[in-house]
Amino acid sequence: MASIEAVFREERGRLLASLVGTFGDLDLAEDVTGDAIEAALVRWPADGVPAKPGAWLLTTARRKAVDRLRRDQTFAAKLAVMRVDAERAEPGVLAIADDRGAELPDERLQLFFTCAHPALLAEDRIALTLRCLAGLTTAEVARAFLVPTATMAKRIVRAKRKIKENRIPFRVPQGAEWARRLPCVLQVVYSIFTEGYAASSGPHLQRADLAGEAIRLTRILHRLLPGERDVAGLLALLLLIHARREARCGESGEFVLLEDQDRGRWDRAMIEEGRGLVHRALTGGPPGGYGVQAAIAALHDEAADVATTDWPQIVSLYDVLLTITPSPVVAMNRAAAVAMRDGPEAGLALLDELADEPKLREYHPFPMARADLLHRLGRPAEAAESYRRALELARTEPERDHLRRRLAAVAREQN
Amino acid sequence: MKYLLLINTDAVDENGGAAECTVEDWMAYDKEVREAGIWVSGESLADLVTATTVRVDENGTPTVTDGPFAETRELLGGFYVIDVPDLDVALDWAARCPGARGSGAVVVRPVADFGA
Repeated sequence: MASIEAVFREERGRLLASLVGTFGDLDLAEDVTGDAIEAALVRWPADGVPAKPGAWLLTTARRKAVDRLRRDQTFAAKLAVMRVDAERAEPGVLAIADDRGAELPDERLQLFFTCAHPALLAEDRIALTLRCLAGLTTAEVARAFLVPTATMAKRIVRAKRKIKENRIPFRVPQGAEWARRLPCVLQVVYSIFTEGYAASSGPHLQRADLAGEAIRLTRILHRLLPGERDVAGLLALLLLIHARREARCGESGEFVLLEDQDRGRWDRAMIEEGRGLVHRALTGGPPGGYGVQAAIAALHDEAADVATTDWPQIVSLYDVLLTITPSPVVAMNRAAAVAMRDGPEAGLALLDELADEPKLREYHPFPMARADLLHRLGRPAEAAESYRRALELARTEPERDHLRRRLAAVAREQN
Repeated sequence: MKYLLLINTDAVDENGGAAECTVEDWMAYDKEVREAGIWVSGESLADLVTATTVRVDENGTPTVTDGPFAETRELLGGFYVIDVPDLDVALDWAARCPGARGSGAVVVRPVADFGA
């Protein structure tokens, strides 16, 4: 049965995408995908898994969809719309080759673009991508974002209605539109990873399942768009960060700083894969933001410890990143790297220049970084004040615990 | 599928038009929409000072007041109804509309189809 479940997981998104492509109706596609999987759960254990499980599921689902449409009074109208859409669709755009043969064309790229459409609310894009492409249930998506299932169900219904009633097209945009929309798709996957890497609140620091799901989605995107350097850059970034997941938490789930992590527990295979992708993301044209971030992550991953980390190189990469995606958070991270290269005094001066940035005012890593530098400079009273501010703002228990311990350590030095 | 493009503006110059576009821009856009064969209807509304609001309370008594509906910060200046295949095409036409520039904004709403 385990193998059957693995098949479903892999096939579900492809099946759904293909059915949305044919019928142009996300709800219908979801219903018949569920029906087909249910039928398989009954038939396969008795008859054995068919040679082409994807094709079997697609044929079954299509039959069920046609049955449903026949029973539906609006069948004629829908059929007319489907024909018009089929005529308009350019050949070649819809059929993206897949290494497993042509019996099930991979239309997931269209689904990525539909779920990440800028006409949808940013949070709805994430929910819909998890629901449709990762195949999470509504309850699982709700759990991932710490909202009640009913709230998440409402959001997903709202997003689907908007797609249907506005006729948000199921298509990969062309030309200039492509360049505008791809970042939106990548942002959605990155947001899913970020929530998995550093939960915004709750008892756990990270949710490896959600981060793993984001990597799975990025791998699909990379397979569909092997030539897109930003996609390679994003995949590299996620792998190079996720490689440290085991070492980021202590035995009781506590937060472990990069400098204190047991680097022997970092996932070497994942780091190697990420490094190869960084190289691809940074050659053959101007670098993208994800590629540069990945290069920074690679320098951390390659170093034996914090002291031998190539800080000058990291600072120059942050300089590049600031020109691509200028933001106070990037400037803050650059200041932390400068502190490692030139000493805490230099880093603190840069941080204090950022003190009035509205984006950093409620961002707990900012007072935390400041407190660490003040502590290193032997100014415990000011460090304690900054740790207290960070503690007010931090939302996950492991981070709050970490801050309480730092605060206690500084308090001991004061006495 | 029909979409309504609501042309909103909040900064008007002394001639009652948005500062970011000229009459020629509007004429060119109008011509484009018609030549593309997507034009269903469209009007430019008269100057804002001509607006009058009517409300009817629960007793059926109408109240007439000068000016547009008070709660709207952005003001409706005109509209187009266009017939295009999907939202992306509608958004593309909205982006080309002179009324979308600068302080202006174009709201795109699908026209409900009860006949399907």
